[in-house]
Amino acid sequence: MIVLQKIVIVGATSAIAEHCARIWVTESPKHVVLLGRDLSKTERVAQDLRVRSTHSFVETQTADFSVATQIQVCVSKICADGVPDVVLIAHGTLPDQLVCQQDLTLNQSVLQINGISSVLFAEGFVHYMEKANKGKLAIISSVAGDRGRKSNYVYGAAKGLVTRYAQGLQHRLAETKVKVVLIKPGPTSTPMTASMQNKGLKMADVSLVAQLIVKGVANSRPVVYAPSKWGVIMLIIKHLPHFVFNKMDI
Amino acid sequence: MIAKISSWGRLSTSPHHVVPLYESKLPPFQGSIKALPFGNGRSYGDVCLNPEGVLWATMTLNRFIDFDPVTGLLSCEAGVLLRDIQRLVVPRGWMLPVLPGTQLITVGGAIANDVHGKNHHVMGSFGDHVKLINLLRTSGELIKCGPNENTQWFLATVGGVGLTGLITEATLQLRPIQGPWIESENLPFKDLTNFFDLANLSENSWEHTVSWVDCLNVKGRGVFIRGNHAGSKDKPQSPGRVIDVPFVPIVSLVNRFSLRPFNWAYYRSQTNKRKASLVNYETFFHPLDNIKNWNRIYGPRGFYQYQSVVPTNNGKEAVLAMLKAISAKGEGSFLAVLKTFGNRKPLGMMSFPMPGVTLALDFPNKGEKTLALMSSLDDIVRDAGGRLYAAKDSCMPRDLWVSGYPQLAEFLNYRDPGISSAFSRRLMGN
Repeated sequence: MIVLQKIVIVGATSAIAEHCARIWVTESPKHVVLLGRDLSKTERVAQDLRVRSTHSFVETQTADFSVATQIQVCVSKICADGVPDVVLIAHGTLPDQLVCQQDLTLNQSVLQINGISSVLFAEGFVHYMEKANKGKLAIISSVAGDRGRKSNYVYGAAKGLVTRYAQGLQHRLAETKVKVVLIKPGPTSTPMTASMQNKGLKMADVSLVAQLIVKGVANSRPVVYAPSKWGVIMLIIKHLPHFVFNKMDI
Repeated sequence: MIAKISSWGRLSTSPHHVVPLYESKLPPFQGSIKALPFGNGRSYGDVCLNPEGVLWATMTLNRFIDFDPVTGLLSCEAGVLLRDIQRLVVPRGWMLPVLPGTQLITVGGAIANDVHGKNHHVMGSFGDHVKLINLLRTSGELIKCGPNENTQWFLATVGGVGLTGLITEATLQLRPIQGPWIESENLPFKDLTNFFDLANLSENSWEHTVSWVDCLNVKGRGVFIRGNHAGSKDKPQSPGRVIDVPFVPIVSLVNRFSLRPFNWAYYRSQTNKRKASLVNYETFFHPLDNIKNWNRIYGPRGFYQYQSVVPTNNGKEAVLAMLKAISAKGEGSFLAVLKTFGNRKPLGMMSFPMPGVTLALDFPNKGEKTLALMSSLDDIVRDAGGRLYAAKDSCMPRDLWVSGYPQLAEFLNYRDPGISSAFSRRLMGN
């Protein structure tokens, strides 16, 4: 009997997640669990993966990502028939910063979905992975979480939460075989960034970002900047003194 | 987003409002501004451009929907690249029946331009293998059309350069193959008579035929290339190395100093070369795909591609006359391709291939000089009863378009009023 590697993708319709899944199933057949908020969109992603890899087993599930009890139920259900080898947490929304400043309800939901929801999924899965003493948890944060900037600090703060949480998990699990991979993509050409693209930013190609993530997960790298140049850029930005940083329009 | 967009010929760069599509439906807001579907932007002229208007970028619609390894039927979204289909199905013993010179084009673009390949005399054009199209009109209506269903819509959309609606999905009939290998032969010919003899001799027993022609040689010397799918051969695959033209040179690298020696050297090298070889399909069908951004070699002003087809009866004289006109001006490029089309009726109302001989040429853009040369070629094509290929075109006169495409009036009934392109405005006014 051949047991397929089990990969769980939370936020499977996100373009980055979908491209990671394509690479994973073409490498070798996998058991893929796609978790999404919209069933028909998630099913479409699943169908594409099934065509790409006929020997993979691809299933879909839906959940309300903003309700902690639902996350709990969903995670236990997935882990009941085997603890995953890889979990990728990839969901998120990129809001308009100015609207968030005026609309506190939107602001709250942005913090909720990009920050709290992601880490609750992480905590949920880690519980089972730690018990089984195996598995890799990859969680998508963002370069925006490295330092708050006026142009997107609401989203950035949520991603900052993810970054700190992942660091905590890495510390806690350092002595185990569970690996936590913290991923920080730079601006990537995806539906989420569609409205940003008119600001003249050079977006990274989503398939390239996915390749870097898959490689980072394979090598259990603690932090993956994708593309890697963002590691250098953010190192500089993080260390800029306030009097310089505050003059910058970023 | 607002982005500056050029087509493959790089003749113009103009701002477009680009809307990436992530689902098989129209974006919520369109307003009164007209839109145009846009794939990988590999058409040369202005059929894929809509300056100041909306482009629906379809490359993000890149999912497979179904593949049946028994029947070879493949369904996918319209933004899937032909390359991605090939890489999926070739290892499973199937292949796209019609492959144009580049596989870096989308399924939607291949249908909208009804592209052809080196095997037109056997397999026809791309549209001949399309079983179903999902066509979304700006009215919101979804029309499923194919050779047996809403046939007129299908015939208008195949070759309809995107003007009948947005193609969201398609089902294609693939062909079985035994392996990825092509047995190919290169045969030099010294003049056009020799070319037509080789073409006639080869068409029954060779599936793929195409020729490189020395566009500066008034007799029309060149190299005839023919190929057949090989049986299963045990030969290791060597992935083609991709090289890049990293920047746009300040002048065209194709010029009167480089062209003549290059063409001479290439022709000479082929006369001494071993004739037969076994090559991977990608090398055989898509040699230029390994040179990323090759369109940059023509410099900052870009280039025109001029592809005509003239009926067989007048074929030889017309091609000779065109070569003579080009040679007299010392223009042209080493990318000059000559091919005979099969004796089959064009599929779509606006499909380009028809029985006859087709000549494709690149011209570095030198402004008025190049336009004047192309205008003299237009006269030859018009007199011979031929026509030009919309996918390559930037400047054909309206009368040549009207005379070349006798089903134009019927096609116009199927246009989508919410769609417009630089090409449609140039030739139809809207």
